[in-house]
Amino acid sequence: MPLDSTDLGRRKVATMPEPVRQETHTIAVLVDNEPGVLARVIGLFSGRGYNIESLTVAETDPEGKVSRITIVTTGTPMIIEQIKAQLGRLVPVHTVSDLTVDGPSVTREMALVKVAGTGEKRVEALRIADIFRARVVDSTNESFVFEIVGQTSKLNAFIGLMQPLGLVDLARTGVVAISRGAQGL
Amino acid sequence: MAYDQMTGAKIVIQALIDQGVTDVFGYPGGAILPVYDELFQQNHVRHILVRQEGGAVHAAEGYARSTGKVGVVVVTSGPGATNAVTGIADALMDSVPLVILCGQVPTHLIGNDAFQECDTTGVTRPVTKHNYLVKSTDQLARTIHEAFYVARSGRPGPVLIDLPKDVQFGTGPYLPPTDVVHKTYRPKTRGDRQQIEQAVAMIAEAKRPIFYCGGGVINSGTRACDLLTEFVRMTGYPITLTLMGLGAYPASDRQFLGMVGMHGTYEANLTMHGCDTMIAIGSRFDDRVTGRINAFAPDALKIHVDIDPSSVNKNVMVDLGIIGDVADVLEQMIEVWKARGYQSDKRALDTWWKQIDHWRGRNSLAFLQSSEVIKPQYAIQRLYELTKGRDDVYITTEVGQHQMWAAQHFKFEKPLHWMTSGGLGTMGYGLPAAMGVQLAHPGALVVDIAGEASIMMNIQELSTLSQYRLPVKVFILNNEYMGMVRQWQELLHGGRYSETYMSSLPDFVKLADAYGAVGLRAEKVDQLDDVIKEMISVNRTVIADIRVDKAENCFPMIPSGAAHNEMLLGPADQAEQPISEDGMVLV
Repeated sequence: MPLDSTDLGRRKVATMPEPVRQETHTIAVLVDNEPGVLARVIGLFSGRGYNIESLTVAETDPEGKVSRITIVTTGTPMIIEQIKAQLGRLVPVHTVSDLTVDGPSVTREMALVKVAGTGEKRVEALRIADIFRARVVDSTNESFVFEIVGQTSKLNAFIGLMQPLGLVDLARTGVVAISRGAQGL
Repeated sequence: MAYDQMTGAKIVIQALIDQGVTDVFGYPGGAILPVYDELFQQNHVRHILVRQEGGAVHAAEGYARSTGKVGVVVVTSGPGATNAVTGIADALMDSVPLVILCGQVPTHLIGNDAFQECDTTGVTRPVTKHNYLVKSTDQLARTIHEAFYVARSGRPGPVLIDLPKDVQFGTGPYLPPTDVVHKTYRPKTRGDRQQIEQAVAMIAEAKRPIFYCGGGVINSGTRACDLLTEFVRMTGYPITLTLMGLGAYPASDRQFLGMVGMHGTYEANLTMHGCDTMIAIGSRFDDRVTGRINAFAPDALKIHVDIDPSSVNKNVMVDLGIIGDVADVLEQMIEVWKARGYQSDKRALDTWWKQIDHWRGRNSLAFLQSSEVIKPQYAIQRLYELTKGRDDVYITTEVGQHQMWAAQHFKFEKPLHWMTSGGLGTMGYGLPAAMGVQLAHPGALVVDIAGEASIMMNIQELSTLSQYRLPVKVFILNNEYMGMVRQWQELLHGGRYSETYMSSLPDFVKLADAYGAVGLRAEKVDQLDDVIKEMISVNRTVIADIRVDKAENCFPMIPSGAAHNEMLLGPADQAEQPISEDGMVLV
């Protein structure tokens, strides 16, 4: 049954279309380093169906027992806002900062890349590593382990190039990030 | 300053006393024995022995929601804890402040699959506001005081403390509550000044306004309810309440449009749909309220006041979100309204009220009265009429059709008198909740409006009522069906009533007798008033088995996937409007 008409004039011209734009955000969270705190954060993401692209965690203030969690996540602007609000209301969470919108920031990731091979491929791997400023941290006659630090895109490019040259194993830290400038979190 | 040293179990009791706890609900077991031993040796905290841990949690919920205090539960490890989970989840969804003290196997056995061991903090992490595993008696007093603080601050919720048995036996310092300050948790209670100014300006400019308020107002306290009433009357605007919000504004007031949402009134839902300014206070845009999101109040500027930042912009994008405690924010709003000399737009408001009164004229809660069979709505109307004079009537409900009829036909003038499981929708909530309410209000009339299916879910608590001589009235609208599920099967599944007929029900009158309660039955309209009167006058537990029309359905209704202006007003509409496939998949 239709709504009985009210021609009282519309105050809002058009309703907001549902945002479908997916955005990637890097979020830094300071938490009490207590048992179960990581489970709370991860459980929040799985329980509410949010994405985690990368998550890193380590204690950053041993005296105050505070850890810093860096999460890279994707979602619509509404979902991103929800993620921050939901993180913020966890009791052991001190601060939530969206480094993607709170100003310029530096992001870094490290990877250890094991490449096995001999002859021309081995030389080529070393040459590319040099271009990317990757360091050799282990070497045998038929393998190298490279250490590479940079933005995720740089690591992806390097790993892509190593693929045909005998990439056999790969370990990545996930992203850590910090804001530029004098301000702390 | 040196603190007194005590055993962990003693610290638990001392902390409860210092937190002002007078009643706890629980069930003993191996891993919580030291605490029970201490309970035995004191007279400050009364323990109510339930018949199943689930009952303890709902009872604590009823206690908390009818008093505004924190409800306390004591259970043992393993099955004690897992039985409590449903109630804990219920308390989280409805923002009820609880502290659950839970026994655990000794710390050296944790992780060994010991007898009655369960990873309780793991199991309850997603259904608590916060939880703790106490690993040392040194931390115990601090943890308990913190738990009470977290449970009642901000958006209230259940907090669980897992207590290994060796921690209860061990010795540690007792810190009084005044010496415990939470490191970080400080919910914001005052609204942002500028946002308040902006909100009040928007409210004053409204041509077709509505207040849409929920359980957050009641959680904020009676001061919040008084301030809400003051502000709503000051503006002259219409107000609707959610299921959880009933009682936050007097139901008999002309500005009150009834409940909003799936089974809300025609006038409330159409006013929501047609409004140009929505003032949402302590409500959370639940799917039972909004209906189809993209057709929800399409023309409205939306203002949302909530203490929980994650409630804002969760389901519906709002134009202005104010984070703060409802009472504080309302106080600020009233201040600004007065200071700036705002007036509502009388002409626009008159036109709006004319429209609303036209909708009201449809009388959407009407039903076909019969002279023979008892209509469930009529039973609730009679219960209301026959208890209206008293101000100590507390209503709890189970979940289903009877719950919606109670919400529609019982009028609540004050907060804290209506206890229902809204968010989780827990069948079996009402009886134990009523137990908790009665315990907190010994002389009051406490009625659990129930269905015959729901009541069976925690029927064992009749034994508790008997033990503590709690004169709770169980008012069963008995239609021999899980009525709400049957209604949905009728609406969505071609009338195939898969497993919704309740056969082999007990004879409720004899059952009452077996538990030392009074059993009454009404089968015809002319018996109803006598049964209700007797139920009220008997100072004992009563089960009133009200045999109601088996086929009656709950209307009005917004079918799932539909908008507020696509309500079904009665069975005739239902036949006309098939449910969309998108709607079918929704719950």
